[in-house]
Amino acid sequence: MIAGFTVALVGVALLAGLFCAALGLAGRKPSDITLASLALVEVLLVAQIVIAIIAPSAGNPPTGNLLEFWVYLVTAAIIPPLAVFWALVERTRWSTVVLGVGALAVAVMSYRMYQIWTVQLA
Amino acid sequence: MSTESPPTPPRTGTGAGRVLVAVYAILAIAATGRSVFQIIDRFGEAPIAFSLSAVAAVVYVVATVALALGWRRVALATICFELAGVLLIGTISVLAPALLGLDSLDPFGRQATVWSAFGAGYLLVPLVLPVLGLLWLRRRGLVRA
Repeated sequence: MIAGFTVALVGVALLAGLFCAALGLAGRKPSDITLASLALVEVLLVAQIVIAIIAPSAGNPPTGNLLEFWVYLVTAAIIPPLAVFWALVERTRWSTVVLGVGALAVAVMSYRMYQIWTVQLA
Repeated sequence: MSTESPPTPPRTGTGAGRVLVAVYAILAIAATGRSVFQIIDRFGEAPIAFSLSAVAAVVYVVATVALALGWRRVALATICFELAGVLLIGTISVLAPALLGLDSLDPFGRQATVWSAFGAGYLLVPLVLPVLGLLWLRRRGLVRA
């Protein structure tokens, strides 16, 4: 796990989430830029998947539970495509809010993933 | 409480209801993922709590589908079940965690479930969401004040 990458992932997801939620609540329909912000979050999640596959064999093993980590990571990676699909099917302001909610969920889950990888609670 | 619907009831899964369905979907996925993991990895530690967690996860999935497709009675029943669950199990988890077989109340700990400490580990979303769900159903004419 790379701490700096987690910071970037959480930061981008948080910004994308607030950005989409704000535009959605302001009445904007899903646009190229809001969809692109979710696409960026997904790209970072895929990068995180690659990092998580390589890290243990590159001298960077988890101290926490690897299975739990993967449940979170796979779940998080499913969310942006679903939100984007939804926004493409129904082009209303609420779909933009949904994009934001999805990105915020990814931010929270990414933070939890880092906790799970690095520390074992209890 | 009446279950009578107007002749052409507004759908529950459109407009702002979309956001409600989305949050429900994320909670359902999150609760299901954690529940499956805990049952595979450490079911023996707190079988009662983890079983309840699995039931809760299934109910969230049903509630999500019901809201999305406009099954009003199913949505009402599942949302009421969730509200009762988070209040009842949340209270027991705080006052008498041993009853549920829980050693600790840490909402982010290894035994945390979706309803532990009123859903604190999920930013209290499990406590707030059923209330919003009921308000939404009422606004869409299923539940009368």
